[in-house]
Amino acid sequence: MKAPAFSYVRAESVEHALELLSRHGNAAKILSGGQSLLPALNLRLAAPAVLIDIGRLDELRGIKLRDDVVTIGALTRHADLLTSEEISASLPLLRKAAAHVAHPAIRNRGTIGGNLAHADPASEFPACMLALDARMVIRGEGGERRVNARDFFRGIYETALEPHELLAAIEVPRPQPGSRTYFHEFVRRSGDYAMTGLAALAHVDGAQLGDLRLSYFAISDRPHLARATSHLVGVEITAERIAEAQAELDAELDPPDDQQASAAMRRHFARLLLFRCVADVLGRPELAMEAVR
Amino acid sequence: MTTTRIALTVNGESVSADVPARLNLADFVRDQLGLTGTHVGCEHGVCGACTLRVDGEIVRSCLTLVVQADGCAVETIEGLSDSGEIADLQAAFRERNALQCGYCTPGMLMTAQDLLRKCANPERTEIREHLSGNYCRCTGYHAIVDAVERTAKARQRRS
Repeated sequence: MKAPAFSYVRAESVEHALELLSRHGNAAKILSGGQSLLPALNLRLAAPAVLIDIGRLDELRGIKLRDDVVTIGALTRHADLLTSEEISASLPLLRKAAAHVAHPAIRNRGTIGGNLAHADPASEFPACMLALDARMVIRGEGGERRVNARDFFRGIYETALEPHELLAAIEVPRPQPGSRTYFHEFVRRSGDYAMTGLAALAHVDGAQLGDLRLSYFAISDRPHLARATSHLVGVEITAERIAEAQAELDAELDPPDDQQASAAMRRHFARLLLFRCVADVLGRPELAMEAVR
Repeated sequence: MTTTRIALTVNGESVSADVPARLNLADFVRDQLGLTGTHVGCEHGVCGACTLRVDGEIVRSCLTLVVQADGCAVETIEGLSDSGEIADLQAAFRERNALQCGYCTPGMLMTAQDLLRKCANPERTEIREHLSGNYCRCTGYHAIVDAVERTAKARQRRS
């Protein structure tokens, strides 16, 4: 279908965008890359009166590393995350995830800020930001505030953003040297919505896990940080420990049944991803074999 | 309805127009410029039939408003075809019978050329991955992958 009619304003600065947002409130939508907004408009799932195009605001672009914090401008595109040397060196989890976000033509326009503000529960980046304990830098006419990823995602397409606010950047603490990351998602075809996926950050301490953050997506109304990892941190990892953690994980999840996958299938994928991730970050492939048995 | 004045180049030619904000780039090149090689399939970014290049990068023209392309250099399948840039790829598609029903072909060609510009010697899995945003309804795509692989090898021999 075709998008409904709307007015269009190209913001000249962040201040201009914020002024337009407070003038139009809920009637306005921010347009950055448009790769989630335009499908919603074309399918007539959204009908804003005004689009505020922030796509040319260079002040919202770019990746900077300072004092072990990587600041990613909201307009940084998925394609930029894939090719950025700073991201490869400091935040390889984001590079791994970006390769799974839709397709090349969409990654050339889709932006990290748009993706996070859209808060699709099946999306890769919200889960990555939760795994990495990132902070969202939010601008409003009254100034700037920061919200942790765990408080930012509030539900399906729901975030802590107020109607008059703009997500300006994401601050990601650079993981300590020696940390490892894992990313995998189950999809029917490459680039489709995930049926279940996992973004993980681990600190490996000798043969043990010093810390493990397992952030699941497409399994709840928002990314889910597994509590079951308490069974795996600071202990010798055996097939029994993994089985305990899997049982605990199963108990804490309440996955939806929908057209992508049944709840039982999602639980199965979540258990699989847990042991695959642990085996991978510890470099112990035999753990995965034992867990299958 | 209010319109916005835009100026851009399409296949190297300057174009200016007054356009409504909701008009997407696919409908603009097809309906206002008569460049109907860009196909419109799903209109929500899934099928890739509307793929064209903006400032040298492939995009979904159904997910790009024409006002967003103001000041940009747009290239459509007609541009790539007329300039000869993809003559070998088109010949390989024809020889290998890779058109299938033909509806996805312009988008497949745009996307395949994008891969070949970035990667001179792609593996078949890389070809499939890059074309994964252009799956349509015929299924299969083996002949398409063959044609892209053959073109890559031929270009390597020539260079």
